[in-house]
Amino acid sequence: MTKPEGELTWRDIEIGSIVTEPGNARQYKTGDWRSQKPTYDFNRCIKCAICQIFCPEGCVNQNDDGYFEADLYYCKGCGICAKECPTGVITMVEEKE
Amino acid sequence: MANRVGMEVSVAIGEVVKLANADVIAAYPITPQTHIVEHLAELVANGELDAEFIPVESEHSAMSACLGSAAAGARTFTATAGQGLELMHEVLYIASSMRLPIVMTVANRALSAPLSVWGDHSDAMAVRDTGWIQMFTENGQEVIDNILCAFRIAEDKKVLLPVMVHLDGFHVSHMIEPMLLPELAEVDRFLPPNQYPLPLNPTKPVTMGDFAPPVIYSEAKWAQEVSLRGAREVIDRCWQEFGDSFGRHYSAVEGYHNDAKVLLLTMGSFSETAMTAIDRMRDEGGDVGLVKLRLWRPFPFAEIRKAVKGAEVLIVLDRALSFGGLGPVLSEIRAALYQMEKRPKVVGFVGGLGGRDISVAGFEEIVKRGIEIAHQGSPQEFETFGIRE
Ligand code: SF4
Ligand code: SF4
Repeated sequence: MTKPEGELTWRDIEIGSIVTEPGNARQYKTGDWRSQKPTYDFNRCIKCAICQIFCPEGCVNQNDDGYFEADLYYCKGCGICAKECPTGVITMVEEKE
Repeated sequence: MANRVGMEVSVAIGEVVKLANADVIAAYPITPQTHIVEHLAELVANGELDAEFIPVESEHSAMSACLGSAAAGARTFTATAGQGLELMHEVLYIASSMRLPIVMTVANRALSAPLSVWGDHSDAMAVRDTGWIQMFTENGQEVIDNILCAFRIAEDKKVLLPVMVHLDGFHVSHMIEPMLLPELAEVDRFLPPNQYPLPLNPTKPVTMGDFAPPVIYSEAKWAQEVSLRGAREVIDRCWQEFGDSFGRHYSAVEGYHNDAKVLLLTMGSFSETAMTAIDRMRDEGGDVGLVKLRLWRPFPFAEIRKAVKGAEVLIVLDRALSFGGLGPVLSEIRAALYQMEKRPKVVGFVGGLGGRDISVAGFEEIVKRGIEIAHQGSPQEFETFGIRE
């Protein structure tokens, strides 16, 4: 995006609010919506990727050790991963920030 | 040279959409619009018009298909009436907000219940705020002329907004009238090809109809409002150039002896009957005239003030009720005149609902009663005409 949304005037908006820059939804910090965040006890993780498949935000990635972990820039804190994890790796905790 | 034809206005609409070389027609039949889309379906089916005819399952789908078609850069036409227009309602806002140049004729029809297939302006008034450019027409010639103008205005790069051309259901849509149907070459000269600037195109992807959080929604809406207001310049120029090319002249507000002391204000086909009534009253020495409101959105505030500035009484006829309020045209006119230092008394009538005629004698009665109200007042905010007590 050329400017952050908050700095755009009505003159800067394309006709019909068309977005001409593909993929700029990536900049949208949906992590702001979160009131809880997933925490992990990777000792129990079997790397089955169920959390990744079920995450509606598509924000679960494999880290360097091969464990599956939420990208907190996007994670909305819905808790689905915690609910679906078969071995109880994930615990949702109150977001303090 | 144009061809002088005698045909049903709905059929002539199909013919002019063919001359405009529409690419896509998505429509659902509803009385009194049916003959328009039937004729277009026929033209497409027998190869006279090279277009996609999408026979959708509802008006909501019709307008939704039009969104996609216009977004792809295709010249897009549809038509509806009454309940059909209401079923499209939410999609109408999307068409204008996404700045998609769709042209739609509305064969104005009363709204249920009780069910009525006959004409009035309830359907048009219910979609007043949807952001479409809206114009009213009096007869077949005006309809077909303004459909050509509508394509040109809608697709103009400075406008890019959908346009509704209103014609009275049955009173105009089903009349067989003499009309001048332009030649293809004349239409081609007047109407440039549609070149939507940011069409859906896989090699240059764009996102349409995205969402706007509070931080940007107001700016998006204001940009839309500015575009609708700005369309005035293009609309006026289009009518000017149409007049130059075809010899028939249109403007946002049209006067007929509007230097008179008493003025009537009408929209649509009733203006023709009203003109005859004005002629008769003038023959008998009456100082009366008529103002015809053609452009409904964007509303021509300055032209209305100019058209009525010498009058003492202005009688406004609404062919729709705004339940619990004033007639929609009446309240708009009152608001427009409020800031004038010296303004006519504005008297309102509601009549001609659900296909009820107002005759020449009826308009004479309206004017007589209007003058009475202007001088003596009325127990009501507005009066009705022709409703049995
Ligand atoms: S809490 Fe919801 S959004 Fe966040 S990683 Fe788990 S499933 Fe995805
Ligand atoms: S669902 Fe649980 S066990 Fe499976 S990868 Fe995710 S955290 Fe590990």
